[in-house]
Amino acid sequence: MGLFTGLKQSIRRVTDKLFTSEEPKRIGIYGPPNAGKTTLANRIARDWTGDAVGPESHVPHETRRARRKENVEIERDGRTVTIDIVDTPGVTTKVDYEEFLDHDMEKEDAVRRSREATEGVAEAMHWLREDVDGVIYVLDSSTDPFTQVNTMLIGIIESQDLPVLILANKTDLEGSSVQRIRNAYPQHETIPLSALEGENMDEVYTKIAEYFG
Amino acid sequence: MPEVKKSDDGVQIDLIGGERMSGKTSMEKIRMILDSVHEGNIVILEEGLAPDEESKLIEVTMAEISPDEFSGIEIETYPRSKTSDSGFLGRLMGRESSGSKLTVIGPANQIETLHKDENLISALISRK
Repeated sequence: MGLFTGLKQSIRRVTDKLFTSEEPKRIGIYGPPNAGKTTLANRIARDWTGDAVGPESHVPHETRRARRKENVEIERDGRTVTIDIVDTPGVTTKVDYEEFLDHDMEKEDAVRRSREATEGVAEAMHWLREDVDGVIYVLDSSTDPFTQVNTMLIGIIESQDLPVLILANKTDLEGSSVQRIRNAYPQHETIPLSALEGENMDEVYTKIAEYFG
Repeated sequence: MPEVKKSDDGVQIDLIGGERMSGKTSMEKIRMILDSVHEGNIVILEEGLAPDEESKLIEVTMAEISPDEFSGIEIETYPRSKTSDSGFLGRLMGRESSGSKLTVIGPANQIETLHKDENLISALISRK
């Protein structure tokens, strides 16, 4: 059996197993803090349901608890794919309340925010092992993608045999390099986009339908 | 753990061999690592952790973060070779990963990674 034939059959086995029921699939949006996960979740939700998922911010850990937008129906090539989008907090191995003090926050608010952030990350990790059917992994294409957290998270996702779509977000920023992400994670397809500007969302929806439909 | 008496003016490094970890459950491994890191030590695992254990390590670390006391961990692992059979593609093709990798874990407020490539991890460790 050739490499590509084997790969194709194996992918089909994984996707067939996951997507045989009519239930919407829970697709977790994961990635490091400030990669643009909530902006993407809002863009998808607004495009297909008219509602947003949650507030966006440049402050790290704005999303401190996972938020779900259910029954998002995405139409592609005459087919409808129904997914539940789960926007998760940015995954990290450290949270220091002092980093929030730089964003004009009082200590009390910063401590509360950091507590909520740690609970959110723990929950997101638990859900990754137990409660998602596929993953959209969002990276900021203007920063170095080859971090330990990204490598670990992608390894964890691979170990669960979950279908994963890597998105190179923030292509509107100076210094953006999609190729840097492709080089870091060559085992996965990488799709460029600017969730903020809505650029290349057509391809993102096509790939969502292909990977999760 | 730790078996070496801690010095007041140094940083203790625990190099944990694969054999020592092999009979332990995931939670026992995570407890051993975090107990040592909480004491300000640097832990080096000869064989690293499985992906599921890494996920639980992040989850438990988050539960133990406390303002002004413990802000989490820094963790660095030698990346697997891009040409190796490990990872998703390797598993799809029925090739098993050796699982061998070396991992450095330390307190986030004391360890800073200066450089990392495929065969070198440089870290700056401060005494606090």
